[in-house]
Amino acid sequence: MAETALTNTIEPPARPGGWRGIAADWSSDQRAFKNVSWGKAMMWIFLLSDTFIFSCFLLSYMTARMSTTVPWPNPSEVFALTIGDKRIPLILIAIMTFILISSSGTMAMAVNFGYRRDRVKTAALMLATAAFGATFVGMQAFEWTKLILEGVRPWDNPWGAAQFGASFFMITGFHGTHVTIGVIFLIAIARKVLRGDFDVERRGFFTSRKGHYEIVEITGLYWHFVDLVWVFIFALFYLW
Amino acid sequence: MVDVPFDTVAGIPPAEVGEVDLYHPKSWWTRYVFSQDAKVIAIQYSITAMSIGMVALVLSWLMRLQLGFPGTFSFIDPNQYLQFITMHGMIMVIYLLTALFLGGFGNYLIPLMVGARDMVFPYVNMLSYWVYLLAVVVLVSTFFVPGGPPGAGWTLYPPQAILSGTPGQDWGIILMLASLILFIIGFTMGGLNYVVTVLQARTRGMTLMRLPLTVWGIFTATVMALLAFPALLVASVMLLLDRLLGTSFFMPTLVEMGQLTKYGGGSPILFQHLFWFFGHPEVYIVALPAFGIISDLISVHARKNIFGYRMMVWAIVAIGALSFVVWAHHMYVSGMHPYFGFFFATTTLIIAIPTAIKVYTWVLTLWRGDIHLTIPMLFALAFIVTFVNGGLTGLFLGNVVVDVPLSDTMFVVAHFHMVMGIAPIMAVFGGIYHWYPKITGRMLNEVLGRFHFWVSFLGAYAIFFPMHYLGLLGMPRRYHDIGETAFVPASAHDLNAFMSVAALIVGFAQLVFLFNLVWSLFKGKEAGGNPWGAASLEWQTPETPPGHGNWGKELPIVYRWAYDYSVPGAAGDFVPQNEPPAGLLAQGAGP
Ligand code: HEM
Ligand SMILES: [Cu+2]
Repeated sequence: MAETALTNTIEPPARPGGWRGIAADWSSDQRAFKNVSWGKAMMWIFLLSDTFIFSCFLLSYMTARMSTTVPWPNPSEVFALTIGDKRIPLILIAIMTFILISSSGTMAMAVNFGYRRDRVKTAALMLATAAFGATFVGMQAFEWTKLILEGVRPWDNPWGAAQFGASFFMITGFHGTHVTIGVIFLIAIARKVLRGDFDVERRGFFTSRKGHYEIVEITGLYWHFVDLVWVFIFALFYLW
Repeated sequence: MVDVPFDTVAGIPPAEVGEVDLYHPKSWWTRYVFSQDAKVIAIQYSITAMSIGMVALVLSWLMRLQLGFPGTFSFIDPNQYLQFITMHGMIMVIYLLTALFLGGFGNYLIPLMVGARDMVFPYVNMLSYWVYLLAVVVLVSTFFVPGGPPGAGWTLYPPQAILSGTPGQDWGIILMLASLILFIIGFTMGGLNYVVTVLQARTRGMTLMRLPLTVWGIFTATVMALLAFPALLVASVMLLLDRLLGTSFFMPTLVEMGQLTKYGGGSPILFQHLFWFFGHPEVYIVALPAFGIISDLISVHARKNIFGYRMMVWAIVAIGALSFVVWAHHMYVSGMHPYFGFFFATTTLIIAIPTAIKVYTWVLTLWRGDIHLTIPMLFALAFIVTFVNGGLTGLFLGNVVVDVPLSDTMFVVAHFHMVMGIAPIMAVFGGIYHWYPKITGRMLNEVLGRFHFWVSFLGAYAIFFPMHYLGLLGMPRRYHDIGETAFVPASAHDLNAFMSVAALIVGFAQLVFLFNLVWSLFKGKEAGGNPWGAASLEWQTPETPPGHGNWGKELPIVYRWAYDYSVPGAAGDFVPQNEPPAGLLAQGAGP
């Protein structure tokens, strides 16, 4: 920071270099992140906080898995499906992962069409994303049912360490809740897009703020994040 | 975009964001109850926090009565004593101090100090308060359920917290964890608002390096809280699952009443790591706002600019960052790997450096200042004394070899009360005496205020200073009654009785304070807009108390930092942040 920034600035101060320049840019007038709207900044910071939640969950799970004295059930066997007469490891999870990643693609396209103010395409793509998300949650429900029928419980399971079931239900449950919330948001906002709320800047019911197409991108940020988290869960829970 | 010209005189660029329309309340309900105005939300937060704080205060009386006069108060049985310490600790740390500093001071001061009309998302801000209130209601409900509140200590360590020997095991602990989860959700909604408001919604000319230190303290604390509370959330969820579903995240194989429990294979140490990853930053979540408030109080009431502003900012940020890598100094006796103790002792002692920088800069700000011993200034001085005291014993406890024998003695209780109990409370009081005139338009009563200060400050010393000595004797903490022991001499019991009497007197002084708050609202002296002659923006509002939208028609433009006091050559003894530079002043000002 240049000394002058603290006091009267008759002349705009010369731009400082090096570290001072970095500090000056970050602390600059009015906004720290220049082209970032309030909503987007808020979503990014929320996601940072949420990252810490998921990290704590995953680290706790990994601690349990590494310190258990009872063997950990083998995920590729537990999460295998018999199709025809072949047992294919992790097939359901692979499909779920594929679906969720595809949904990120449709979401990105929705954001693009949103900024072009193409109401119908934006809404359609958001609904497609929501449908992918709902399918994902549906398949997760199937997986839960299957495991529960095989005797997996949060406190016990037939194959080994009890923490297996506990971590599985907790982590996938928490992530599934995130996906479900995302689906609800997507549908709600798709409805607003379709109705043309953002073209006429209609005011929100609760907030009485004017709506903008940017909300599509903000929803997208959340959605991509939930997707990214799944990649970590996939790698650390299923592939390990 | 509104059309705002570049201010050529001061080189201040035009507004980057146009005015955002405010929510305008339509009825009494939306103005005062379901209000979206940060100022009203701040007052709601503060009243709720102080009310629940009174519960914690009463609990501390009961504990002190028991400790001071063991055997006299038969209605306090050992289980209840444990429930009292648990609820007292939890309420004081989270539901009082965190909520009051961030939800109360944060909501009131941030928009005013950065020159905004409100928080960026007022609706979410309102929800934040109502979820917090719900958390408090759930917390209070633990007193009325069968079995009463939890009794495992505010740290809620498993396995003890959820085993059947512990009081409050059936309902209390479940509701406690639920309440914590609600608190975190509510806090997150508010916290996102505070952070984004500071980063993205400042008025023209308000660079981050011109913010008053109060905002820096609250801002950094909020960022920390957003990163630390997740660990508590996860720990609470997992403990709740252990208790409700019988999972064994934290529960090892155990024999209870001769029976093998259903648990097995979990790690109690994991809980401690999660808890303290939250718990240590929490100490600074209540300390950093206090640091900020104290810096501002000292500067205003000593009529001097803050010494080393930039160092102060960096020290706040450095403390915030470092406090995420010291958590295991609470676990020296938990059975960690000894090398961990070495690492965490080192990082802990490193934190002393930025902290000491802050203390030195406060003292140097006072140095040859025109010190007015107003009530806020008295509290600020008391803060420095108690904080240094608690910080020094913190240096003791940060070293493994010293901590091991002192751990779980009254020495620890004395240490943390000094550093995160009394010191932040002094900042709270100082802040309230300082800003009450802005909030209500009236001064708090001077005589009652001085009485409150001297009794609280000297009384707090009378309670907690002797406690260090008891701790060194080896008197354990969390004991209902230590009975006859070889190592605690009889005189220690007299000391205990003395401390308890002091605690009752201090408690009484708080009632005087509450009375003062209400009385002055109606009968206090008219304050005018800027009774202390303060330079920062919140004192320059067109109306006092600030109206809806804070600033009337035009947002203020900021030309200087918040500490232009006693500037040589200036007309008055302070220059408000929004006063355009002119003539003489332009050359003379600044550090
Ligand atoms: C007049 C004021 C206060 C008095 C008389 C008081 C008294 C006490 C007493 C007697 C204990 C229990 C000691 C034991 O047996 O282990 C205790 C514990 C505690 N207090 Fe205070 N206290 C006061 C204010 C505060 C404040 C402002 C805080 C805020 C940080 C606080 C935080 C705690 C905590 C965290 C515990 C530990 C609870 C546990 O062991 O689980 N106290 N206090
Ligand atoms: Cu600590």
